[in-house]
Amino acid sequence: MRLVLRGGRVIDPANNLDAVQDVLIADGKIERLGRNLSVPADAEVVDANGKIVCPGFIDMHVHLREPGQEYKETVATGTQAAAAGGFTAVCCMANTSPVNDNGAVTDYIRAKARVEGVVRVYPIGAVTKNLRGEELAELAELADAGCVAFSDDGRCVMNAELYRRAMEYTLPFGAPVISHAEDATLSRGASINEGVVSTELGLAGQPAAAEDVMVARDILLAELTGAHVHIAHASTAGAVRLVRDAKARGVRVTAEVTPHHLVLTEDAVRTWDANTKMAPPLRTKRDVEALIEGLTDGTIDCIATDHAPHALSEKEGEYDHAAFGVVGLETAVAVLLDRLVRPGLLPLATLIARWSRDPARLLNLPGGTLAVGAPADVTILDPDAEATVEPSRFQSRSRNTPFGGWTLRGGPWMTLVGGKLVHRASS
Amino acid sequence: MGWTRKDLLTMRDLDAGEIVLLVDTAASLQEIASREIKKVPALRGKTIVNLFYEASTRTRTSFEIAGKWLSADVVNFSASGSSTSKGESFIDTAKNIAAMSPDVVVVRHSSAGAAELLARALPCSIVNAGDGAHEHPTQALLDLLTIREKKGHFDGLHVAIVGDIAHSRVARSNIHGMRKLGMTVTVAGPPTLIPPFVQELGAKVSYRLEDAIPSLREYARYWGLTLDKLGRHARPDVLIMHPGPVNRGIELAPEVADGPYSVILDQVARGVAVRMGVLLLLAGRKGGDGA
Repeated sequence: MRLVLRGGRVIDPANNLDAVQDVLIADGKIERLGRNLSVPADAEVVDANGKIVCPGFIDMHVHLREPGQEYKETVATGTQAAAAGGFTAVCCMANTSPVNDNGAVTDYIRAKARVEGVVRVYPIGAVTKNLRGEELAELAELADAGCVAFSDDGRCVMNAELYRRAMEYTLPFGAPVISHAEDATLSRGASINEGVVSTELGLAGQPAAAEDVMVARDILLAELTGAHVHIAHASTAGAVRLVRDAKARGVRVTAEVTPHHLVLTEDAVRTWDANTKMAPPLRTKRDVEALIEGLTDGTIDCIATDHAPHALSEKEGEYDHAAFGVVGLETAVAVLLDRLVRPGLLPLATLIARWSRDPARLLNLPGGTLAVGAPADVTILDPDAEATVEPSRFQSRSRNTPFGGWTLRGGPWMTLVGGKLVHRASS
Repeated sequence: MGWTRKDLLTMRDLDAGEIVLLVDTAASLQEIASREIKKVPALRGKTIVNLFYEASTRTRTSFEIAGKWLSADVVNFSASGSSTSKGESFIDTAKNIAAMSPDVVVVRHSSAGAAELLARALPCSIVNAGDGAHEHPTQALLDLLTIREKKGHFDGLHVAIVGDIAHSRVARSNIHGMRKLGMTVTVAGPPTLIPPFVQELGAKVSYRLEDAIPSLREYARYWGLTLDKLGRHARPDVLIMHPGPVNRGIELAPEVADGPYSVILDQVARGVAVRMGVLLLLAGRKGGDGA
């Protein structure tokens, strides 16, 4: 089957391409790009005029909750949400039940993804058995089974010696260790950032130092071992500064940032809406500015949603008892197009690069480019579509978003995985 | 001006006029305590539920007496645990209680924001009787009533709030209320018990110790109020107030707690009047028979 994306603005940062082009897709791959391509008689034509054609977006940090917490999300619903949000691939974290700390669980997730998945699914294996932080998981088996990185995300491996060994042990696999950088002794009992809002509301806060201390430790361990450490969901100005300095020294450190940490501050907690509660917490305006700067200058390598579905019952009660985390797949692209790109805070091409080329390189994944011969994973954006976020219409099984009711301009329009249409905006 | 709010959740939300209205209303109800028959029919036929998720003797008793003196039907509902432990969640419990059509729910809970959560979920009036380390508005109001009776005015007074400010809802409510009435507030204590950015709430900060407090003995020595310290640092007409329960010998020396400067029991007495005033204004708001 052949498909032509006709007349869209093609932005492919991996090839420094930003031009109106046609894209011909055949056999699930990018066959040809060019102006006014002749359309094969059997080809389907998509009029992409006024749209932005990008390499498929990769979200390297999601929680699909399967196996074990299917009431929150499943591989099926999570990948449907991904497709609807403009993502062609997701990396799913290991804190399932049972934990993805052995090859059998990885096999299960991949089998589910093959049968029910709508986008590509790359599992991330646990660093330690059962995420307990006490002994290493069978990391080689996990790598063999197809895990593309290792992380105890949701928890921080507090034992530095063990984390050092994890970095060393995984060196031959070429897969990074992803750090949930949170010193559990500094963040114990905290629901939100420590600052003026925690003081006003009487909620226990954790200081930015809870993150910075661990980012610093993990950079030092990466330096010691030569391993690649990736900082998940950076949220502080300190983390940005530490990563920037380490990169300048040649340390193999990369980092990601979430949309919510890029557009919200701790002020949002004043609503008492538990959908403002996540780990790391929403920080301050100064942190947000540093994160945007880091994303722009390349200190932060990619954007990831940390899509963390929770049932209503886990979010509707007392704030300090509510679960940490928010869903993000179906709002991420629109939120950043409207709140960062449209006001000129982040160039569109940078946004696209941080969501396609850069995560693909970071994790050695296929895709991230529209080069001829690459898999035809394509995200097409509509820069003019205006929509109000309606959580009740999410594909995700969960609704825990801080963006409900936001009216956003620009968003995902069409998502293709291997040349196959997996989502098309209704409007 | 009249009272228009459905709920009393925080001092932060109130303006000076509302605070004075609450204090005036309480002041006008104080004499009921000295009557031979301590009962007025103001809230006859109204139902008040004291929903206490946290151990409390004096606040619950104070609300209960206040409701009963106003002739309301008062029900005490004590629950323990959190919504994450086994059993019914906070919201479910609250909705069940709401289904029984109370007029006012007085809530005490260990979680900050719990009263706000109830106020959004339930159609009846909510009184915050303390939510985590957030606020405890009726305690601040009774402090204000006590201060006005003893000093005759608010404006220009200087209040020092000494001790654990970080975990104190009373301190937060007092800072908001006192600042709005033109008082100067200084919070004092070891730095580990002073929350960050408390200046932004309008309080001044005084540190004396440079580090944490290693022991209660050390706390008592440096931060406990003694007659000697009062003699050296306080005005002769200083008032010593405490929301209770007092850690005698640690926060306050016994001769301070029981001495001539202490108005601690006056606070307790005025607590009933304040709570009567609050219940009256909230339950009477809809043009019912409360007045």
